[in-house]
Amino acid sequence: MTLSFRALMGACAMGALCTAAAAQSTTITVATVNNGDMIRMQGLMDAFNEAHPDITVEWVTLEENVLRQRVTQDVATKGGQFDVMTIGTYEVPIWGERGWLVSLDDLPESYDVDDILPAIRGGLTVDGSLYAAPFYGESSMVMYRRDLMEAAGMEMPDAPTWEFIKEAAAAMTDKGNEVYGICLRGKAGWGENMAFLSAMANSYGARWFDMDWKPQFDSEEWKATLTDYLELMNEYGPPGASSNGFNENLALFQSGKCGMWIDATVAASFVTNPDESTVADQVGFALAPDNGLGKRGNWLWAWNLGIPAGTQNEEAAKTFVEWATSKEYTALVAEKEGWANVPPGTRQSLYDNQEYLDAAPFAQMTLESINAADPQNPTVDDVPYVGVQFVAIPEFQGIGTAVGQQFSAALAGQVSAEQALSMAQQLTEREMTRAGYIK
Amino acid sequence: MATKASRAAARVMISPAVLLLLGWMIVPLALTLYFSFLRYNLLMPGMEEFTGWDNYSYFLSDPAFTAALTNTLLLVGGVLLITTVGGVLLGLLLDQPFWGQGIVRILVIAPFFVMPTVSALVWKNMFMNPVNGLFAHAFKALGLAPYDFLSQAPLLSIIGIVSWQWLPFATLILLTALQSLDQDQLEAAEMDGASALSRFWYIMLPHLARSITVVILIQTIFLLSVFAEILVTTNGGPGTASTNLTYLIYMQSLLQFDVGMGSAGGVVAIILANIVAIFLMRMIGKNLEA
Amino acid sequence: MARAVTNRRKLIVTVAAWAVGIAIFFPILWTVILSFKSEGDAIKTPLEVLSSAWTFESYATVQERSNYVRHFWNSVVISLGSTLLGLIIAIPAAWAMAFVPGKQTKNVLMWMLSTKMLPPVGVLVPIYLIFRDVGLLDTKTGLVIVLTLINLPIIVWMLYTYFKEIPGEILEAARMDGASLRNELIHVLTPMAVPGIASTVLLNIILAWNEAFWTLNLTAAKAAPLTAFIASYSSPEGLFYAKLSAASTMAIAPILIMGWFSQKQLVRGLTFGAVK
Repeated sequence: MTLSFRALMGACAMGALCTAAAAQSTTITVATVNNGDMIRMQGLMDAFNEAHPDITVEWVTLEENVLRQRVTQDVATKGGQFDVMTIGTYEVPIWGERGWLVSLDDLPESYDVDDILPAIRGGLTVDGSLYAAPFYGESSMVMYRRDLMEAAGMEMPDAPTWEFIKEAAAAMTDKGNEVYGICLRGKAGWGENMAFLSAMANSYGARWFDMDWKPQFDSEEWKATLTDYLELMNEYGPPGASSNGFNENLALFQSGKCGMWIDATVAASFVTNPDESTVADQVGFALAPDNGLGKRGNWLWAWNLGIPAGTQNEEAAKTFVEWATSKEYTALVAEKEGWANVPPGTRQSLYDNQEYLDAAPFAQMTLESINAADPQNPTVDDVPYVGVQFVAIPEFQGIGTAVGQQFSAALAGQVSAEQALSMAQQLTEREMTRAGYIK
Repeated sequence: MATKASRAAARVMISPAVLLLLGWMIVPLALTLYFSFLRYNLLMPGMEEFTGWDNYSYFLSDPAFTAALTNTLLLVGGVLLITTVGGVLLGLLLDQPFWGQGIVRILVIAPFFVMPTVSALVWKNMFMNPVNGLFAHAFKALGLAPYDFLSQAPLLSIIGIVSWQWLPFATLILLTALQSLDQDQLEAAEMDGASALSRFWYIMLPHLARSITVVILIQTIFLLSVFAEILVTTNGGPGTASTNLTYLIYMQSLLQFDVGMGSAGGVVAIILANIVAIFLMRMIGKNLEA
Repeated sequence: MARAVTNRRKLIVTVAAWAVGIAIFFPILWTVILSFKSEGDAIKTPLEVLSSAWTFESYATVQERSNYVRHFWNSVVISLGSTLLGLIIAIPAAWAMAFVPGKQTKNVLMWMLSTKMLPPVGVLVPIYLIFRDVGLLDTKTGLVIVLTLINLPIIVWMLYTYFKEIPGEILEAARMDGASLRNELIHVLTPMAVPGIASTVLLNIILAWNEAFWTLNLTAAKAAPLTAFIASYSSPEGLFYAKLSAASTMAIAPILIMGWFSQKQLVRGLTFGAVK
């Protein structure tokens, strides 16, 4: 079936042989990110094709940064190259407000929109309208090696402090055997190292801006955050950490080289999958650390499917989005690939499902982490913005990445923590002044 | 010698190429110039307004700009140095008679066919990765700590990758040039007791001058806009350690969607590229006349 | 005696040349080797990699995940199309420059080359807007046009250096015989220029095949060539060396094989008239 379908596609590409066949069917182009869940969906398209033979789905699978650039450029210029776009919680409110997305308020009863976790749904809603459907949601948490923890004679609490993490990292590190106590993101990017560091900073009582949009990198809290981060990574982290993002760390953890890893909750299903991970049966989970200030260092993120306004194929696109984020799709993945591989973090019903809870030892911790994140009040002190590990203003991508570059340079040892912070302060002030936030 | 008619015909024949390139140059250039005076961020539609030189002053006063300028020069200069010197040496070696010339030539030329994206991915992951890369394995086998190329020496690593791609090009041009060298002249010099070094210096090098200029010209054209290699390996970092001008403009216009500032950067880059071009043409034009 | 010295020398040169050749080729070789290994084996130490089992599983996965045939076909159409179009525009221009040189010829040539120095990122947004308005986004036609324009200067220059080497006397003779300009072009000049045109074509196909900025930014699904195919394999989740190697091998193999078979032609062309 798949083979003949592919052969047909090939024939289509080579000539106009199938113009007639394509005449009554709609083709939609879906831009998506090259992560495991999305690739899994591409393998399960037979079910969709069977249910909707009149819709052909074309995939454009790209690496996250390239994807973001391509879809933003396309939606902002109304290029019309894509009918469905995979976008993050950062984009949805900004795009929704500008009228760039088709609202999804008319989803059928059976879709059960009230089943979507409130924290996630809140982030996708602008003025009461839902602008994208969540495909999977995530927070961040601590993943650790139970065997190494035991060997170090320590026990991970469910809700550790940063102090404990530091001690545990020291105890687990064994550089001679290529075991590094802790792996954290170091690669520059607002969605890479800054996602982690902003969330960590929240738990240290730091914030991006005060109520007058003045950047706060000159605060003691940020200094403490960055100093501790650098100390952790330099003493107990893997070499080359300044170019490690989510994927690099995942590979390190899976090959048994990390004692602890604080990152996205979706990683849990990869690190516990015996086909991919050499340490699958030794992974434990805990909430992201805190410093006793009332905020934990965990973020909130979801990959969502949105439909750009002005697409020619709105109906077909909606049909696809509805299918891909439905309970039926969840059931389909469970049936074909097992419950542990179901896209997590979007629906309450999944966490009420005993089969899922049995198959996914990380389910409870994921749900608790997601519920612990509060994008409306992310910091200890008041801030004028929403977003946990990002600031939901259009300028943030640029600023976040530039600041990320500075912190990444600090991690690589090219500049000191003080230098990196003062550079970050300067450049953020500069950009915010230019953008008109600081009068 | 040429008649009036053939001159007119010639003009007709050149014009499609010239007009197309003019259009290709002028239309985007005009738009870029126009955008560069606007406050124009793709994410904030409807807020476009004329801002005068604002974009330029922000772009030029950005601390990353000086870094990018230096990096661009280092990158172009470094790669040119490695590939021309390496190319001459390799050319000299391959010009000697040896067994399997054809196969070795095939091996040497291969990197030239590899997509920049692929070669950057391969070097970054399979070789320079400090944990699983081949270099890391080699360092470990020698009992050394793995060296993290892309974060400790980002620009140098990129120069290395780009040089690998362009070395075949330089080698092959210079080898072809060496092969066209008059053997009698060399033998005569040898008879006269000229040392190998002086034969190289006084006979071969002058003969190669023209080819070396061509190598430099062609490579400079491509090297000024090196982009994929940086995007794939370091994203311009850590900090701005491996950001060149092209990458800086990419960050402004496509990562921050600040089309106004990106355009200003584009105009600056075009001006700088033209300065380099004029400089090159001066230097090379002379050599090519000969 | 002399012969022995030559042979010893030849042996040393052989060893040195092969060592260098293999060193330069090694990254490609290693990629091909890894593409036939399982993901778990691909990250092991080199000796373990070599002794581990060979498998096609990465190729199967890549084939299943991406529509290789379509990307490949797009690459073929785009690189051949832009080369052909480029030739049609460049041959007359280069001919005129070579045989009817004016005062400005050199300057025009140099100016053409300098258009190649424009940083593409600086003009992407304008081009994107233009393409959107004329409906060329994600079309092979659009890419053919862009790549033609990008590589036109190189084509003109290469052809120019070739045509210049064709002795003028032959043309004179043809003219004496009363050949028209058109006949001169078709019957006299073209046969003599075929080798030069061939190497120009080869180089241009390579440049077009490997162009990764415009091809990635102006396409989505329908016209995306192999450069876009590779973009979906850069740093995915989990272990990926084997899959990346397989995808890389599939992306570069066609052009590598073409290059090897035609390398004699190509090398001649690469000299840009620098060697007389």
